[in-house]
Amino acid sequence: MIPAIFVFIYLAAVLYIGIFAFRRAKGSEKPEDYFLASRSLGPFVFLFSLFGTNMTAFAILGSSGHAFSNGIVTFGLMASSSALVIPITIFLIGTRVWALGKKFGFMTPVQMFRDRWECGHIGTVIFVVQAALLVPYIIIGIMGGGTTLNVISGGLVPYWFGGAIVALVVMSYVFFGGMRGTAWVNTFQTILFLTFGVIAIVVIGVGMGGFRTAANAMLASPALAPLLTRERISPLYFFSYTFIPLSAIAFPHILIFCLTAEKMNHFKKTVIFYPICILAIWLPCVFLGVMANRVTDVPQIKARQEARRVLATQGKTMAPEARDELREQAAGDDVIMLLLQRYAPLWLAGLLGAGIMAAVMASDSQILALSTMFTEDVFAFYGGKRRFGEAVQVHTGRIFIVLITLVAYAVALRAPETIFELAIQYAFSGFAALSPLLVAALFWKGSTKWGALAVTLWTVLAVVAVALFQHAVPAPAPGPPLVAWAIGGTEVLSRTPGGTAVFGFMPVVPMVLVSALLMFVVSLVTRKPQQATIAKYFQF
Amino acid sequence: MKRILLVVAVIALYFLHQDFWFWRTAHPLVFGFVPIGLFYQGCFSVAAALLMWLLVKYAWPHHLEQEIEQQETEEGSQR
Repeated sequence: MIPAIFVFIYLAAVLYIGIFAFRRAKGSEKPEDYFLASRSLGPFVFLFSLFGTNMTAFAILGSSGHAFSNGIVTFGLMASSSALVIPITIFLIGTRVWALGKKFGFMTPVQMFRDRWECGHIGTVIFVVQAALLVPYIIIGIMGGGTTLNVISGGLVPYWFGGAIVALVVMSYVFFGGMRGTAWVNTFQTILFLTFGVIAIVVIGVGMGGFRTAANAMLASPALAPLLTRERISPLYFFSYTFIPLSAIAFPHILIFCLTAEKMNHFKKTVIFYPICILAIWLPCVFLGVMANRVTDVPQIKARQEARRVLATQGKTMAPEARDELREQAAGDDVIMLLLQRYAPLWLAGLLGAGIMAAVMASDSQILALSTMFTEDVFAFYGGKRRFGEAVQVHTGRIFIVLITLVAYAVALRAPETIFELAIQYAFSGFAALSPLLVAALFWKGSTKWGALAVTLWTVLAVVAVALFQHAVPAPAPGPPLVAWAIGGTEVLSRTPGGTAVFGFMPVVPMVLVSALLMFVVSLVTRKPQQATIAKYFQF
Repeated sequence: MKRILLVVAVIALYFLHQDFWFWRTAHPLVFGFVPIGLFYQGCFSVAAALLMWLLVKYAWPHHLEQEIEQQETEEGSQR
């Protein structure tokens, strides 16, 4: 129960930060203050809050779990590719969006698209698609909170109550603090993650008697040695992952965060230190996830390894449902918590549990982004702001925050977690496929609203098609993929143990390339916006 | 010329991410316990940070910043 007490202290701290931010706003009812903190964030808060916003539960729990099953490849797949691609997109797109936001007062990406391409309802279509791809994150955040509190308290806090507490705390500080509260909480959370990584690796390393023995023992084991290389992953699959970080800048909550910096100069530190922050959080988590395979005296870890062994040796002869069940048993999302329980003293496990909780609760900025988008892209656009005023707009945003949290909590209680984990996988590819919208809007005078519509509809079609394909064709056992369609001996469409492959690439690669092509072709044959509108965007 | 070199550096680093030369080996273990493939990708992240520093130093979009500062000055004087 001691670790759970630390987590409750942490929850109280973030709640206080939100209320403090509310007092700081001094009763301001201006949308720009509530939704964008009056575009006033300083360099330190901007760096840590932007980074924290992009680090979900996956950064700590998922990365170590993925590394436990797949080895060191996890870092190259998800961390180092992001370390290059995300800061470049912030440098090229984030700075420009910030400048346009300052100049023309935009508060959401859709507002900019509507103005740039002189469109109304096409903007609404983009809003709907962005919102649909974002909602699963909010649900999974509540589920993660409930599960983590349940595990940390040793089962004393039931899942439904843990989820309710997390939902209530997140809702409260977003409700009161708006963007200012969310940014401050994210900054606090990022500092906790960073501290977490360093402490966890030292404590667990000492507990395991040093990593040298563990690494050499893994190398000597034929079953574990491949986890220290990338021989089980195809280079095309590895290459495909460099397309996933394109999703970051297309996420509305990230792009909206880019509008909060007080000065463009504040982007400099963010762009330079982003790769270092990724390294500091992901490297310890991935390394510890891999090393967990050498822990022999934790029954839960042994059970996961046994499930993995059975899946590898007997998976081919099993029914798809039995394989899926074994896959769930082999998943190691909790290995880092198990390592802490085994090696850290109780009080430290509590402190580190608060760090894990910080990662799990990253759904705050998605909730606020959805509220900002709803009030600006729907409420204000369809006349609500003009008729009822700015104060009502802010109240509407707050009511929306309460409603979306209640709906997410209700869904989290009833639906299985795996559905939303899958939805998030699709969402990454979906937002990556939407990234050509930003590139075209900002860097190509010839782009049109019809090109934007084609990109958006293609994204929906592709995400649904991949989901249906994966639903219709069960994942095969570990080993060669199941070829669904081949032309002249070339594999076109395959079902892999982890998803889908198109010509050997992950679906995100054709999704992004076709999106870019559609934007180009459709824009070429459709009417451009007026010269005056184009000049607004390209004469500065 | 500087900008072309920076573009080439970005493209080069993007392809250096695909380190097929360490694909099937864990050796040498750096510091006695870090597989070389993981160490390389860690160094890649540091290289990415250095490249970002070069981009910020030599390709920063000052014109955007100046435009906004000018606008804010004008708005300030109108008040």
